[in-house]
Order: sequence, then structure tokens, then C-alpha cells
Amino acid sequence: MEKLFVEIFNLLAIAAIFSFPFLKTKGRGILTLGVISIQVVISSIVALTVFAKGEAQYFYPGSWITGEIPIRIDSLSAWFMLIISFTFLTGAWYGFQYLKKYKNQSANIALHAIAFILVYTALIDICIIQNGFAFLVIWEIMALSSFIVIIFEHYKTDTLKAGINFLIQSHVCILFLTLAFMWVKIKTGSFDFLAITAYTSSQPAVTGIGLFLMFFIGFAIKAGFVPFHTWLPLAHPAAPAHISGIMSGVIIKIGIYGMLRMLLLIKTDMTTIGYFIVTISVITGVYGVMLAIVQHNLKKLLAYHSIENIGIIGIGIGLGCLGVGYGIPVLIICGFGGALLHTLNHSLFKSLLFYSAGNVYQAIHTMDIESMGGLLKRMPRSGYLFLIGSLAICGLPPFNGFVSEFFIYTGLFSALLSNHFLFTLFILFAIFGLVLIGGLALMCFTKAFGIVFLGTPRKKFDEGMVEEKPMKIFPMYLVAMAIVLIGILPLIFMPSIQQIVQLYQPGSAAFTSGQLKSILDILSSVGWYSLGFIVLVATLYYIRHLITAKREVAADSTWGCGYTGDAAKMQYTASSFVRTYRKLAGPFLMIKKEKREACGLYPGHINQVTHPHDKVETWFIEKPLLSIRKLLSRFVFLQNGNIQAYILYGLIFIGLVILLPMIIDNISGFFYLLNRL
Amino acid sequence: MVSLILILLTSLFFMGVVIRTKSIASGRKGPGLFQPMKDILRLWKKGSVYSRTTTFIFRIAPTIYFSSVLMAIFMVPHGNNPGLISFSGDFVMFAYILATGKFLSIISALDTGSSFEGMGASREALFSMLVEPAFFILLGSLALFTGHTSFISIFTTLHYESNISYMLGALATFVFVLIAMIENSRMPVDDPKTHLELTMVHEVMILDNSGFDLGTILYTTNLKFAMYGAIISNFFIGALPLEISIPLFFIVQIGFGIAVGIIESFMARFRMAHNPQFILILTSVSMLIFFGVLMVLGRFV
Repeated sequence: MEKLFVEIFNLLAIAAIFSFPFLKTKGRGILTLGVISIQVVISSIVALTVFAKGEAQYFYPGSWITGEIPIRIDSLSAWFMLIISFTFLTGAWYGFQYLKKYKNQSANIALHAIAFILVYTALIDICIIQNGFAFLVIWEIMALSSFIVIIFEHYKTDTLKAGINFLIQSHVCILFLTLAFMWVKIKTGSFDFLAITAYTSSQPAVTGIGLFLMFFIGFAIKAGFVPFHTWLPLAHPAAPAHISGIMSGVIIKIGIYGMLRMLLLIKTDMTTIGYFIVTISVITGVYGVMLAIVQHNLKKLLAYHSIENIGIIGIGIGLGCLGVGYGIPVLIICGFGGALLHTLNHSLFKSLLFYSAGNVYQAIHTMDIESMGGLLKRMPRSGYLFLIGSLAICGLPPFNGFVSEFFIYTGLFSALLSNHFLFTLFILFAIFGLVLIGGLALMCFTKAFGIVFLGTPRKKFDEGMVEEKPMKIFPMYLVAMAIVLIGILPLIFMPSIQQIVQLYQPGSAAFTSGQLKSILDILSSVGWYSLGFIVLVATLYYIRHLITAKREVAADSTWGCGYTGDAAKMQYTASSFVRTYRKLAGPFLMIKKEKREACGLYPGHINQVTHPHDKVETWFIEKPLLSIRKLLSRFVFLQNGNIQAYILYGLIFIGLVILLPMIIDNISGFFYLLNRL
Repeated sequence: MVSLILILLTSLFFMGVVIRTKSIASGRKGPGLFQPMKDILRLWKKGSVYSRTTTFIFRIAPTIYFSSVLMAIFMVPHGNNPGLISFSGDFVMFAYILATGKFLSIISALDTGSSFEGMGASREALFSMLVEPAFFILLGSLALFTGHTSFISIFTTLHYESNISYMLGALATFVFVLIAMIENSRMPVDDPKTHLELTMVHEVMILDNSGFDLGTILYTTNLKFAMYGAIISNFFIGALPLEISIPLFFIVQIGFGIAVGIIESFMARFRMAHNPQFILILTSVSMLIFFGVLMVLGRFV
């Protein structure tokens, strides 16, 4: 049955794309929305059957290049299929409304919609295909079509630049994946994923670690681990809001999927891998949020937060690996379980935040936080939804972010009680990192929400309410409901997560049902206490209302220490809010400051602008590129614009291609002769 | 339940003790122990003025702030009597619930669009971020020391054996006193006495609150002090029976209040720029405790 459903799923996408020429823009939009919705239903049915009935697999014969193509849908695939489907569903609904503002760009929207369908189809297929070659082909389709959806506003130079950056970096990612798959293919002669297991279990642990590192770099570029994150903060602001939400919510998560898949397949020393992943994840998390705080572009700020959350997910994954390595069952369930739950949670609140940011963008046509303010009064729905997203992303109860972070904390604190000295110290380091991430995130989102939505506008925009169409807000409500639901009932997804975690469990580290039950009990009680907190707030607010209802209430201007003029310019700005932090974290940041101070008797216009830069980007991308460019500029004489010269180059190239094997043949013949002598 | 009642009782007079100590130290007689509470009661009876800039967030934030502290108090045990809420890992929720309240109080300050309140909000966000690691590492060390991960089981199994473990208890008390001072924006970090907006942290955030909300916020500060006092008292109570532990609880609370008063009387406020360093010291003290615990347990390689 799964086979039929998956085939219908793919055929629907193809049929939709081929019917595009016969429709008008509106019809195309409705078609895309309809097809994506049906596809979501189909893939959810497949995923749920897998959870209910267990793993499904079938084979396609493939060709002589690929070998047999196995399709295996296990609970890990099913989990990611569900996450991807939900975010694409809300993303498609929201995007349909979002793109109405661009309806005169008919061709552009058509291309966008085609690529959108392709991204979704490819993402789902990536989750189920287990043949290296086919995997890479679909990965490439996914990368190219995500490039097209990102550069929707390609007439803006910045957008195109960011898009090309994304394109190049995703191909570096593909390069590493190709190398890794080729390695296994050469050694075992098969592209089947199971060959990876067979190969690594017959080799010493070092080989497995090497292979994992290769896969890790590939997937880390997609997921955005530091130092491979540099495409993220550029691509997110460039893409339209629904694409940013989807990209941050699920496209980068496919990297996490790849990592989890490889951890299942590669049999090697999990302890080393665990230490490695936790270290890089703590760095990723802290670095991501440290840079997020100083950003002035709302979408860029959110993009850096995706990096931070990838770090939190990574801490969970690494913890799970350590659990497998040391044979500690609690760590396995808390680590992998926390990571999986946080993957879902992040896809929810991050898409919500990006959708709200999209509404802000369409209302005031800028993403510069410094010029915003007081938007909550003009667009209350988006504002309060953004607040829910902010609280959730900071990991604060009663929302879902807290549940997954608490899950990981439980694992960390139980790991702290182990007997290894170094391990204990290392866990302390991880706890320290996670706490710091939490604190910094709180600072970042009080800034983001406070400066964008509260106070008074810092620049003049159109006054009056912004129209918030119910159809545009509806998908956001859906996401917000899911956020609250998971916050209060964390156990609704637990059976599925348990199934996935069992895949990682070697027989030696099986946990007793008592241990499992105690963890589940704690989680469910956390949910109930969160509900209790909501009830407490509601009760107390009601009591307050009863008491103060009859009191005298007056409205006045904000207290300004006697100053009664226009106070909008005197408000704290985004950069002044984080000034002390900026000074404190100075060595890790790179901030260029432009200042024009007041001087003379009649001082003119004064201003101060800060431009945050990414140090890692400068060191790992910009500087090496610059030196390569310097080197290559020596050969610029070759590019002389002379067509005859180019034909000559072509001839030389063709000649070399033909001659080289012959020359090598001759040389080897010569050596053979020498040997014979 | 015991701890909730005791903390609520303490919150009525705690600030009075602090103010009385400060008055005596500066050679005055000072107001009665319940005067701060009477002020709050008077505020609760008053009407309010709201800034036109503010939104609904400004009105609900004090309630959420109060509820968050109340919720956190539910988790604090008293000796071997657990709090209303007790589960393994409850101190994580304790810290995060308090953070929720803080988040709301910070954005409610930004809601007024005032330059002063933005300043306070910025400082509050930074300082509370810096103080968090100290709390977690301290609780982590205690968890390591006792082998448990909930308030109640940590405090009931916490018993001092060697000289080093006494030192750990003293250091932990020190860290908690300072965490309480920072979280409540008191002396070495912030001076609630000077009514100069430029030097204030918490006080400046609530400049626009009035009437019932202001009363609620002030009472929450009292509650918070009493809550930290209760946690500190748990270091000394252990598994003692109630008839000894309750007097001991009040002795610790009053001692804590007097200590706060004395610190405030004889110490100058730090320069704002030096506060981050000072707060980070707490984290390093907590690290010391952590290594001390490792040493006591003989896990130091």
C-alpha cells in the first residue's frame, strides 16, 4: 500500500507541474495549494501507517548505474515526513495569501510554485529513499528548487547574491555527500544504505569515524552548524516569508535527518562521535545566539536563531550518541528524544515567527528593527502570535520549547551523576552552554519583540490599522495551537519518539520499563504544571480585574522626567538595548561602527550606525576566497576576450583529453618495459 | 504546603527587617516591621494611571510576574516537607518559570516607550542572563553531591561530613545570597535608594506602573526575597522535625534580612560597567563548588 501511495504522491507533483501552462495565475495558485494539501494528506497517511504497523520497504529495479533502489520507510523517516508535511501545509496556505501582493508577476509566481511543489516532493522522497545515487539526484533537485524559491525577488541584487551563495554552498554540501557515497560504493560495490552498515562494521572504528565526518560536513552545511552556517543568515532575509519559515523549519532539518540516518547506519565508536557532536553543537548554539542579539534585520536575527536551535538539537543528538557509547539508556532516550522533539518544536515556532515577520514586512516594507516600534497596536494578531513564538523559542513554560529543552536537561543532569571525571566535566560544559543559550535567547527576544512591536514608531510609516486577513492569520493560529498543545501535553508524540529511539538502542543498553516510565511521568507532569501556570495567571488576572474594575483609571503620556515633547526618538533602540552586551562580547563579535558626533557651536545632524559582521564568515569564506582570487588574477591574461584564443583553448583542452590517456598508457608501457629489464 | 505558608508569612515582614536594619545602621529609629507591607496594601486600594503608549501587555505583565514567582515558590520545599510541586528536575522548571516572569516584566518596560525604562530593561535582561549559569552549576553540583535531581531530595540528603563539605555549604549560601541580591536588584548591583533613573535597574523598569499593579510588583519583590531565603534556610534545616525547623527557618530568614540590610548600609554600589564581571564571579564560585564536590566524592582524577 505504501508503494501505491508514494507513487501517487510523486505523480501528483508531476501532473501538477505539467498542467501549469494551461492555467492562469489564480488557477495555478489554487492548484498548488490543492496539490500540496493532497500530498500532505497522502504522506501523513503513509507516515502514520508506518508508526502503526512498523517499517515498510519495497524495491525498484533501478538501472545498471544505481543498482536496485530500495525504498525503506521506518519511524525516523515517518517522523520527518510528518514535520515536513505540517510546515509545508501551513507554509503553502500562508504563502498563497502572502504572494497575492505580487500577483502581477505572473511568470515569476508560476516558476515559484513549480519549485515549491518540487521542494516538497523532493524533501519527502529524501526521507524514504535508501540508495546513495538516487538520494544524491533527489538532493540535487531539492537544492536547485530551493534556490529558485529563495530568489523569488531576483530583481533585487542582494537577493540574487544570497541565492547564489546558497547555491554554491549547497553544492559544496553535495560534493561531500557524493564523496562519502562513492567511498562506500568503491569499497562495497553497492549504493544501498545497508552497505554502509556492512562496510563500517567490518572495518576498524577509525574508518567509520572518517566516513561519518564526511557525511557530517555535508549535512552540517545543510543544517547550519558553525562554521558551515554562513549561507543561512544571507538566504533567510532574501527569501519571501513563507519560504524563510519553511527553510528554517524543515529544509535545514533535512540535514539533521541525514545525520540521524547516518548515526543509525554507521557502526563505529559512538563515544568519540558523541563528544565531537556535543562540542560543535555547544559552539554552534552559543555562537548563533550571540550573533543573533546584535542583528538589526529581523529576519537575519531569526536566521541566527535557527543556528542556535540547530545547536540545541545537536546537543541532544550528541548526548544520545554518548548514551549509546557508554551504554546509558536514560541518555539515549533523553538525548535522541529531546533532539527529535526539539526538531518538531523548532519547525513550529520558527515558522510562526517568520510568518509574523512576513506580515510586518508587508505592512511597513522594511526589516530594519531600528526603524520599527509600536506595531502591536497596528497589527495585534501578528504581534501576539510573534510573542507566543518568542516565548516558545526562549524555551519558556508553558510553551513547547520548554518541554524539549527540559527533556535534554533531564538527560544532562542524569549524565552528570556518572563516574567518569572527564565525562562529568564535559557534561558541565554542555549544561553551561545550554543555560547560556537560554539566557541569551531571552535577551534577544525581549529585544526583538520589545523594539519591533512595543513603544512608539521610530520612523514615520502609514498610520492606522494594518489589514490582517483571516485567511493569512489562520495557518498561524494553527501553528500557535500546536505550540501550546505540545507545551501542555508533551506526551502526545511520545509513542512515536519512543519507536524511533528504540532504533538506536543496542541490546546491551535497553532500559527497563520503570526507567522509561519515570521519565515519561516527569514530562507529563511538566505539561500539567505548565497548564497550572496558565490557570494560575488567568485566575489571578481575573481577581485583579474584580478588584480594579471599579477603581479610577486615567490615561496619560509616559513619564518623561518632565519632558513632554516627542519621545519617540528618545526611546531605547535595538542597538542601545544590547550595548552593554555588545561591549562584553566584543572579542567574539565584529561590529563596524559609524559615528557622527555633535561638535561646534551649531551641531548638525548626528547619528550612529552599527554593522554587525560574522567573524567566522570572514575567516572561513571571505579571506580564503580573497586569496584564491588574488592567485587567479595572475592568470587573467588568459581571458582576453579574443574569440580565436578561446577556440584555441578549446582545441587544446580536447586534444589533452584525447591524448592524456594515450600518453599515460605509453608512460606505463615504458615503466613496464623498465621493469622487465 | 508548609513552605508556602512560611514563605507567605515571611514576605509580610522581610522588607521591614531590611529597612529596620538600614535605619539602625544609619542611626535612625526607622519604621515598624510591617510598614512596607502597609504601603503595599495602600497601593492595592488605589486607582491607576496608564500611559497612552502601553498595550494590554503592560496590564497583564505584573500579574504574570507575580504568578511566576508564586509558581516558583510552589516548588520550594521545607526540610523534608516537599513543596506543592515536586518532581525530578524541578529546579530547571523553577529557573525557567522565573525567566517567563522576567521576560514579561522586561517587555512591559519596553511597552511604555520610555527612554528610562528601556535602560532598565536592557540591564535586567543582561544581568539575569549572566546570573543564570551560576544557579544551574550550583544546583548541578548539589545534584552531583547528593545523587538526586529535585529540590526536596537534594536538601534532605544533603549532609555535611568533612571540612570541605562545610565549606561547600558556606559557599553555596554565599552564592544564593548574591543571586537573591542580583535578582531583586539590590545593593552591590543596583541601588534602590537613589532615585536617579540612570543608576537604577529594577526600579526604573516600573516607573510607569501605578496603583494595584505597582503594589503587586513590590509585593512580588518581597516574595522573591522570602523565596530565596527559604532556599537558603534549606541548607541548614535538612531533615529536622518541624518544631525545630520552623523556628530555624525564621532565624535564617531574619538573619538573611539583616545581612541584606548590612550589605546595603556599608557597601557602595558598583559602577554599572563593572556589574557583569561581578556577576560572572558567582559562576566561578559555583565552579569552585563543583570541583569541591568532585573532590569530596573522590572523582577528581
